[in-house]
Amino acid sequence: MFSNLPLLSLVIWTPIIGGMLVLATGSKNSIEAKVLALLVSLATLALSIPLYTQFDASLASMQFEELMPWISSFHINYHVGVDGISMPLILLTTFMTVIVIIAGWEVITYKVAQYMAAFLILEGLMIGTFAAMDAMLFYVFWEALLIPMFVVIGIWGGPNRVYATIKFFLYTFLGSVFMLISLLYMYMHAAELNGAGTFNIQELQKLPLELTPQILIFLSFLLAFAVKVPMWPVHTWLPDAHVEAPTGGSVILAAIMLKLGGYGFLRFSLPITPDASMTLDWLVILLSLIAIVYIGFVALVQADMKKLIAYSSISHMGFVTLGFFLMWKITENTGSASGIVLGLEGGMVQMISHGFISGAMFLSVGVLYDRMHSRMIKDYGGVVNTMPAFATFAVFFAMANAGLPGTSGFVGEFMVIMAAFKANFCYAFLAAITLILGAAYTLWMIKRVVFGPIANENVENLEDMNGREFFMMLVLAIAVLVVGLYPAPLLEVMHASIDNLVLQMGTKIPALP
Amino acid sequence: MNFVTPDFMPVMPEIFLLSMVCIIMIIDLFVKDESRGATYVLSLIALITTAFLSFSNFSDQSISTFNGSFILDPMASILKITICIVVVGVFIYAKDYLKDRNMYKGEYFTLGLFGVLGMMVMVSAGNFLTVYLGLELLSLSMYAMIAMQRDSIVASEAAMKYFILGAIASGMLLYGMSMVYGVTGSLDLATINKAVSGADRVVMSFGLVFIILGVAFKLGAVPFHMWMPDVYHGSPTSVTLYIASAPKIAAFAMMYRLLVDGLSGMHADWQMILIILSVLSMVFGNIIAIAQTNIKRMLAYSTISHVGFIIMGVVTGTQAGYGAAMFYAIVYAIMSVGAFGMIVLLSRAGFEAENLEDFKGLNQKSPWFALVMMAIMFSMAGVPPFLGFWAKLAVLQEAVNSGLIWFAVVGVVTSVIGAFYYLRVIKMVYFDKPVDETPLQASMDIRLTLSINGLAILAIGLYPTALITLCMSTFA
Repeated sequence: MFSNLPLLSLVIWTPIIGGMLVLATGSKNSIEAKVLALLVSLATLALSIPLYTQFDASLASMQFEELMPWISSFHINYHVGVDGISMPLILLTTFMTVIVIIAGWEVITYKVAQYMAAFLILEGLMIGTFAAMDAMLFYVFWEALLIPMFVVIGIWGGPNRVYATIKFFLYTFLGSVFMLISLLYMYMHAAELNGAGTFNIQELQKLPLELTPQILIFLSFLLAFAVKVPMWPVHTWLPDAHVEAPTGGSVILAAIMLKLGGYGFLRFSLPITPDASMTLDWLVILLSLIAIVYIGFVALVQADMKKLIAYSSISHMGFVTLGFFLMWKITENTGSASGIVLGLEGGMVQMISHGFISGAMFLSVGVLYDRMHSRMIKDYGGVVNTMPAFATFAVFFAMANAGLPGTSGFVGEFMVIMAAFKANFCYAFLAAITLILGAAYTLWMIKRVVFGPIANENVENLEDMNGREFFMMLVLAIAVLVVGLYPAPLLEVMHASIDNLVLQMGTKIPALP
Repeated sequence: MNFVTPDFMPVMPEIFLLSMVCIIMIIDLFVKDESRGATYVLSLIALITTAFLSFSNFSDQSISTFNGSFILDPMASILKITICIVVVGVFIYAKDYLKDRNMYKGEYFTLGLFGVLGMMVMVSAGNFLTVYLGLELLSLSMYAMIAMQRDSIVASEAAMKYFILGAIASGMLLYGMSMVYGVTGSLDLATINKAVSGADRVVMSFGLVFIILGVAFKLGAVPFHMWMPDVYHGSPTSVTLYIASAPKIAAFAMMYRLLVDGLSGMHADWQMILIILSVLSMVFGNIIAIAQTNIKRMLAYSTISHVGFIIMGVVTGTQAGYGAAMFYAIVYAIMSVGAFGMIVLLSRAGFEAENLEDFKGLNQKSPWFALVMMAIMFSMAGVPPFLGFWAKLAVLQEAVNSGLIWFAVVGVVTSVIGAFYYLRVIKMVYFDKPVDETPLQASMDIRLTLSINGLAILAIGLYPTALITLCMSTFA
């Protein structure tokens, strides 16, 4: 029905062009900007739904592909497409952006048009990053999305926003320039082998590379993606950025931008440099385990709610990277390939689930912050007495964050831990400990903030959530429950693509039949 | 030796411009101060017509005339057109600034046009003498332009400094040329290139070093950069606009003519020297720029780092590398004229927007020009999708292709360092409260030109194919 429409391009460019229109409404009449922004984000969400409904889950190849020459001198093409790995992430992006637009509705009063426009443009750029099938197009989107995020944190952020946003920008910029050099190197290598250079990601995945260049390329990718994920020890920008960002910025950062790093591992690191991934898998596993355990402890001692959730994000993203890089240890240990897919899909589910849960957690903090203008745990206590509806949701999302069975948080972590058991008991043991830690820091925070006697008169005067806030929470709670109780549709769409990824690396995994 | 009438057709744009400058000079004598607009409009017409003549003169082959001392090739045509267009922008930006400071005299425009003529001669030079002729015509015009504000102590200091250092550099250049002439027996670049292989290496190397020194001075590469911050800072912004933009394109062309057209046989020798110059420029330019509080000085150091990138393209010694360097030079001129245009936009009678502080809160005064400034700064920092990214990409690509991966890594790491001070400007524009609430007073033509300038940085950045292909095919 829609087969003639360049659907993917529409999903990418509608929010970007819509964002420019919102910008053009100026800052005089903020209601116009808000309504227009909401309409654009809803339209984008509607446009992205056919990506799911018309997606053929049995195919591993790219779907909704579009290919146009862009910069012929460098063989750069405007080449977009989705597979089972990127499609769920695109839907997550379009979904969360609507939430973020609604979240900023009453809260943002300064330069509303610019705020809304920044998020819409950001949305388009993030979708572009997930959809790009040309490495240079990927890089352009990847870098360009720093600009709106830089502005969002810097204009609407907290007191220390300038420090945080410049740190955020420079960290990610430094991480990704090395990736650029790697891409240029592979372009040259392809030119030497095939006569013509290419930035096509699928071609790059087939490029034969010696081990030494592979390791260097792998490390440059690791730097780029590890900063985005973020992995220990390059995570230090995240707590600063999260704490200073406005609620919407935190939500987008946690829910989607961190996923770009995980996506990068699946799209670039694993298939392009499989030998180096095999050689250096211990490094990623080590860093992931440090993130899971050590950052979990760090989260425990935070006095600032946003910081606590930021550290919890790092810890949870550790599961993602752990799941992605378990495959060699699994085959080494068990001699069979079963469990590989479990780890990869567990990581993917964890990314989607973390998108919902961390977004919801940051929104919860946002709800409190808008009323009290404090993120400190000590300023709260007994919120349940004045905000019962809010307390219900807060407890629910905290449980999900702690990985309660029945919520989405459980599915991904459980799958990764199952895979880890096949690889090495110690990995699984350490990862499982975090489930306890996660429960400890999240529930302890909830205990101090939500339960107990009313701490002070500010809390006493709190009003419960209004309809807008209730709606956002409800939608997210449903999403968390659906993925938690019935993850099959999500797993189905990614199954063929993950299998294909494993197949692609097949020769590089020794014990694979 | 019998006299052959040279082919004048390839030189038409230069001849036209020269005649126009003379006519404008004479007309200006009879024009009263209040109708100085006539000079301004005539200068713009002269530039646009020259650009058009260069365009119609375009040839795919390399044509030489005046016994090989003048070359017309695709590179020359493209660069001449760019120079003319950039200087049109410079004149438009400068007009109100000059008016407000009682400097709205015909001399600015005639000297500027003579400078353009000098640049065009440099771009088309096929002979040491033509190179030198063009260079001196440009330099002398610039010395005089800087000194035009004679009551200003900083401007006089800048002019003096520039003149003395520039004269020394020209002397060095001449000295190097004389050595090469002594060995090869010719001033003609093509003849020299043929004679390089059999020439005395020692003397040739000496000559080469002095020639590179002269070129590096004009480009402003470290360690021959000392004049740039002072001159950029001391000159009236209307003149800084001029110095910072088009002459860098001409300097790139001079480097190409001398090192590639004339001395490509010594590529291995000059490659090493240029690598050192380039690395030093990128490192020092970007690091020292962080410490600047005056935006003109900051942009001077940023220019130095950009020069490092231009040299990186030439270092590779490949056709695509020269194309990338040329692309970078053009892109740099577009960004630089926009950045200084922003300074003019914020300045008004009796107020120079020279300090970074003056950019504070621009987003509150004018969201549109805040956006333009953001585009220029991100473009200079090399963040996609803006134009500057593609320039950096083209150069880095060639560096990697030539096996100089470590060189490319130095380039990107210094870019990240450089990103900091560009971000700081954006921080002032967007995140800070304005220091004074005076609204922008710039006139419509500046606003319009600046908007086009900013949009060009974004639009060409989104679809750079045409410009890249043009530059790449120039040397193929």
